Amino acid sequence: MESIVIEREEITWHLACHVADVPADGGACVLIEDRQIAIFNYARRGEWYATDNECPHRQQTALARGMIGSQGDEPKVACPFHKKTFSLKTGQCLTDAEYRIRTYPIRVEAGLVYIGL
Amino acid sequence: MLANTNKRVVVIGNGMVGYKFCEKLIARENWAQRFTLTVFGEEPRVAYDRVHLSEYFSGKTADELALAPDTWYAEHGIQLHLSDPVVHIDRERKEVRSHHGLVVSYDYILLATGSGAFVPAIPGVEKEGVFVYRTIEDLEFIQSYASKARRGAVVGGGLLGLEAAKALLDLGLHEAHVVEFAPRLMPRQIDAAGSGTLQSQLEALGLTVHLNKNTQEIIGGDAIEGMRFADGSALDVDMLIISAGIRPRDELAKRAGLETHPRGGIVVNDHLQTSDPDIFAIGECALAHQMIYGLVAPGYEMAAVVVARLFGEEKKFKPFDMSTKLKLIGVDVASFGNPFAEGPDCRTVTYENKAKGIYKRINITADGKELLGGILVGDAEQYNGLLQTCKNKTILPPDPEDLILGLRGGEETAGAAGIMSLPDDALICSCEAITKAAICNEITNNGCTTIDQLKKSTKACTGCGGCTPLVKDLIQGVLKQQGLYVRNVLCEHFDYSRQELLDLVRINGLKTYGGVLNQFGKGDGCEVCKPAVASILASLWNENILEKDRATIQDSNDRFLANIQKGGTYSVVPRIPGGEITPDKLIVIGQVAKKYDLYTKITGGQRIDLFGAHLNDLPKIWEELIDAGFESGHAYGKALRTVKSCVGSTWCRYGVQDSVSFAVEVEERYKGIRSPHKLKSGVSGCIRECAEAQSKDFGIIATEKGWNLYVCGNGGSKPQHAQLLATDIDKETCIRLLDRFLMFYIKTADPLTRTATWLNKMEGGITYLKAVVVDDVLGIAAELEREMQTLIDNYACEWKEVVENPHLRKRFTHFINAPEQKDPAVQFEPLRTQKRAKEWK
Ligand code: SRM
Ligand SMILES: Cc1cc2nc3c(=O)[nH]c(=O)nc-3n(C[C@H](O)[C@H](O)[C@H](O)COP(=O)(O)OP(=O)(O)OC[C@H]3O[C@@H](n4cnc5c(N)ncnc54)[C@H](O)[C@@H]3O)c2cc1C
Ligand code: SF4
Ligand code: FES
Repeated sequence: MESIVIEREEITWHLACHVADVPADGGACVLIEDRQIAIFNYARRGEWYATDNECPHRQQTALARGMIGSQGDEPKVACPFHKKTFSLKTGQCLTDAEYRIRTYPIRVEAGLVYIGL
Repeated sequence: MLANTNKRVVVIGNGMVGYKFCEKLIARENWAQRFTLTVFGEEPRVAYDRVHLSEYFSGKTADELALAPDTWYAEHGIQLHLSDPVVHIDRERKEVRSHHGLVVSYDYILLATGSGAFVPAIPGVEKEGVFVYRTIEDLEFIQSYASKARRGAVVGGGLLGLEAAKALLDLGLHEAHVVEFAPRLMPRQIDAAGSGTLQSQLEALGLTVHLNKNTQEIIGGDAIEGMRFADGSALDVDMLIISAGIRPRDELAKRAGLETHPRGGIVVNDHLQTSDPDIFAIGECALAHQMIYGLVAPGYEMAAVVVARLFGEEKKFKPFDMSTKLKLIGVDVASFGNPFAEGPDCRTVTYENKAKGIYKRINITADGKELLGGILVGDAEQYNGLLQTCKNKTILPPDPEDLILGLRGGEETAGAAGIMSLPDDALICSCEAITKAAICNEITNNGCTTIDQLKKSTKACTGCGGCTPLVKDLIQGVLKQQGLYVRNVLCEHFDYSRQELLDLVRINGLKTYGGVLNQFGKGDGCEVCKPAVASILASLWNENILEKDRATIQDSNDRFLANIQKGGTYSVVPRIPGGEITPDKLIVIGQVAKKYDLYTKITGGQRIDLFGAHLNDLPKIWEELIDAGFESGHAYGKALRTVKSCVGSTWCRYGVQDSVSFAVEVEERYKGIRSPHKLKSGVSGCIRECAEAQSKDFGIIATEKGWNLYVCGNGGSKPQHAQLLATDIDKETCIRLLDRFLMFYIKTADPLTRTATWLNKMEGGITYLKAVVVDDVLGIAAELEREMQTLIDNYACEWKEVVENPHLRKRFTHFINAPEQKDPAVQFEPLRTQKRAKEWK
C-alpha cells in the first residue's frame, strides 16, 4: 500500500468583499492585514483570481485597475501604467521574464469572496 | 583519432571587423572541420560596437555594447586571448608570438588591427586632460576627468570630432569648443554651404565652432589649461579631445616586412592579401584601392571577401561606397555618392532654408538623367531614397529638384511603391551588405514578416539601424505584391481591422464588449482589443463609456475618466472652450485645488490641469466643478481635447474674424466625441496664426473673405503641418466639411492613429481626401453628416453622470473593503510652493 502525504495547509481565509463589489471581467483592490490584494472577477469563465496589487515594474499599486483578458489560454491582467501583462494563474509576467507577482488562493461562497493568506 | 588537418587561422585584433570575420566564418557549415580559429585582442574586452561608442556616456554598459557575449567565443570553439596583443610574426616559421609569450603557428593570418587616433605633434599633447576618443577605456578616462572640468575642446571638426564634442556637452561641461584647421566642418563629406548650416545647428545645440584654427601649443602645467593658435589667439580649456584623424595600426605588419604605405596602411590586393599571400588584412588597418576605409560597412564587406576566399570561392573587394549618415544627436547630416561633383558634365541643385537650418544639394548629370551624389544637412529623411537612386543609377524624374523638395503637391507618398522599383541587387542594409533580393527572399520563402524576424534571419537593421524604414516598406511592398493584403487585424482575439469591425458592430447594433466578442471574436479579449472596441462603441453610439459592461474595457485613463499618473493619482482637467474663462470660474478652480491639495499648472492646450487627486476624491472634486458650470475636458480620452484660439478681431489690431467665438463654437460642437486617437484643433484670427492651427488635426484660419480649413496636422514626436482642405469658406460650410472629415476619420482610421498618420497612409493623399470630403465622390457626405449629428445629439458630460449615479460613483475607491481609505502607497514630494509625485525607482 502506498501512503499519501497531505501537506498541512496553513491558510487563513479572510473575508474580502461581496461578489457584487468586483466588476464583471474586471478587478478591485482589498486591504487585508495591511496587504493590498487585487481580486479579479473573470466572469467570462466563471473564475476568480487574486494577486498582489503592486506591479513589480515601478512598484505602482494599481494592478486591480488593469484590464484582464487572455493570451492563448492563459488568463492575464495588464498593468495600467506600462501595460506589462501577468498571468493570473502563476503571476509570471508574460511580457518580461524578469517580473513576477504573487498570487493568492481565493474562494467564493454564498456571495462572499475570501482570500487565503 | 584522425590527424588534425585543419588549417590554423590566427586573427590579430578583436575589433568590429575582426569579430565580423569570425561571425561570418563560423556561419559556414563544417567550418570547424576545416579551420581552427585563434583570436588575439589587445583590449581587455571582447569586440564591441565602436560605432555606438558614445552611447556609453548615455548609460549603455560595455556588456550591452559587446557584439557577442564573452561566452560566445568558447561556445563556438574559438580560442580567444584578450589583453594579449601579438608582438611578432615569424613568417619563416609561420608562427606568431604574443605579448605574454604565447606562440601559435598559423596557416593564415588575418590582420584586423584597426586604427588608432592620429595625434599631431603639438607641443604639450602629453599633458593631463588631453584625450583621444577610440576605446571604452578612453571614454572612462574622459568621463572621470569631465566631472571636474568646465570647459572642453575638441581638435578636429570631422565626423568623430563632432560626436566627441556633443559628448562633452552631454557630460555636463559648460562649454564645448570644436577647433577645425580647415575652413569648414566635416571637410571630407560636406561643402562650405552645408558646413555653414551645420555650424549654426551645432551652435544652437550649445557647441562653439572655430574654423581656420591651427593649434600651435597646448598650455598649462602638468594639466592642460588652454590652447594657443597660429593666428595668435588663445582659448582657455580644462580638457581636450584630439580627433584629428585616424592612423592605421600597421606597425606589426611593417616589422614583419609586409608592404605598407608611407602614409600608413597595410597594402592589400582585391583579395585583401598583403604582400604575403597567406596574410590578409581587413578593416581600418588595410589600404585597399589606395585608400583606408574609415567606416565599418566596407570592413564587413572585406571580412566577407576573405571568408569566401578561404572556402575557395572567387570574390573580390570592389571600391566601396563611402556614403554616410551622421548619427549626431540633434542634427541630421548625410552625404552620398560624389557630394562635391562639379564641372561641365554636372548640374547642381541646391535648396537652403536658413530659418529651419536645412541645406540640401544634389549633383546630377548634365543631361538630367542620373544622380551623382549630394549632401543633406538639417533634414536627411530622403537619404535612403537618394542613396538608392544614386547607387542604382535610377532614371530621374523630369524635375530632379523634386528629389530634395519632395512632391510639393503632396499628391503621392513615395514610400512602398518607390522601394519595389529598385533592382534586386540594391543594397538595403549597407552595414551587413544585404540586398533587396535577400530580404525579399526571407519575406517570401521563409515567412519573415516582422523587423524582429528579419533581424534574426538576415542581420539587416542590426548595424546603424538606418535601413529600418526601408526594410519596413519592403515587408509591406512584398506582401502587397503577393496579393497578401497586409491585414491590419486588431489582435489574436479579432480577425478584423478596426474599420471592418466598426461596420460589423454598427450593422448589428452591438453596444457591449461581450456582445462584440461573442459574435465576432474569440478567447477572452486583451488590453489591445478592449480599448479599440470601446472606442468603436463610443464613436458609434456615444453612450456613457462606463455603463453596461464597458467600464472594464476602457484604457487606464478612460476607466476612471482621468489621467493616471506616476504614483497612482489622477489629474483633473475641466473643459475651458477656446481657452476663454471668467474670473469666477478661475476662482472656483483655485478653491477646489486648494481644498483637495492639488498641484496646478496651465497646460499647453490653453486650460488648467489639477494633478495629484486621489481616486476617492475624483467624484467629490468633479461635483464641485460641475456645480460651478464646468464639464469634463476629456483630457483622458481619445476624443476632442482643445480648440485653441487666438484673441482675434475682438481685441487684436490685426484680426479679421472673431476667432474666439468660432473656437468656442467648434469645441462645444465636437466635445465628447470619441475617435481613433485624440483630436486637437485651433482657430486663428488672421494669417499670423497665433493659435498654431496648422499644427492641429483640424485648424481654421481667418481670411478677409471667410475661413481657410486645414486638416491632418500634428505636433507630438513627428510634427507635420496640416494641409489645406478648403479656402475662403463661410462658417456653415466649414462646420459641414468638418462633420464629414471627422466622421470619415472616425470610421476608417486604425486604432491609435492620429489624423496625420491616417492621411499619410491614405492612397491618393489629400487629393483623395478632398474628393471625398469636399466633392463627395463617394456619395457618403449626407450619411457622414447625419452620423455626426447623432453623436452630437447624444452628448452628455460623463462626469456629471458619474457624480449623479451612485452605482458608477461607488467604483471610484481604492479599497473596495475600506472605501474611505486612500492608497497609502501614494507619496508626494514638495516642489517649489506646491508638490509633485514622488519619483519612482
Ligand atoms: C497636460 C499636458 C502637458 C502640459 O502640462 O501642458 C499634456 C499631458 C499629457 N500628454 Fe500631451 N499634454 C499636453 C499637451 C500636448 C501637446 C500640445 C498641444 O496640444 O498644443 C502635444 C503636441 C500636439 C499634438 O498632440 O499634436 C501633446 C502630445 C502628446 C502625445 C503625442 C501625440 C502624437 O500624436 O504624437 C501624447 C501621447 C499619446 O497621446 O499617445 C501625449 C500624452 C499626454 C499624457 C496624456 C500622457 C498620459 O497618458 O498620461 C499626459 C497626461 C498628463 C496628465 O496626467 O494630465 N501628449 N500633448 C498638455 C495638456 C493639454 C490639454 O489641455 O489637454
Ligand atoms: C567614436 C566612433 C564613432 C564611429 N562612428 C562610425 C559610424 O557612424 N559609422 C561607421 O561606419 N564607422 C564609425 N566609426 C568607425 C568604426 O568604428 C571603425 O570603422 C571600425 O571599428 C573598424 O573596425 P576594425 O576592426 O578595423 O578596427 P577596430 O574596431 O579598431 O579593432 C581593432 C582592434 O585590434 C586591436 N589590435 C591592434 N593591434 C593589435 C595587435 N597587435 N594584437 C592584437 N590586437 C590588436 C585593437 O586594440 C582593436 O581592439 C566610428 C569610430 C569611433 C571611434
Ligand atoms: S511631453 Fe511627455 S512628459 Fe510632458 S506631459 Fe507630454 S507625455 Fe508627459
Ligand atoms: S508599473 Fe506596472 S507596468 Fe510599469
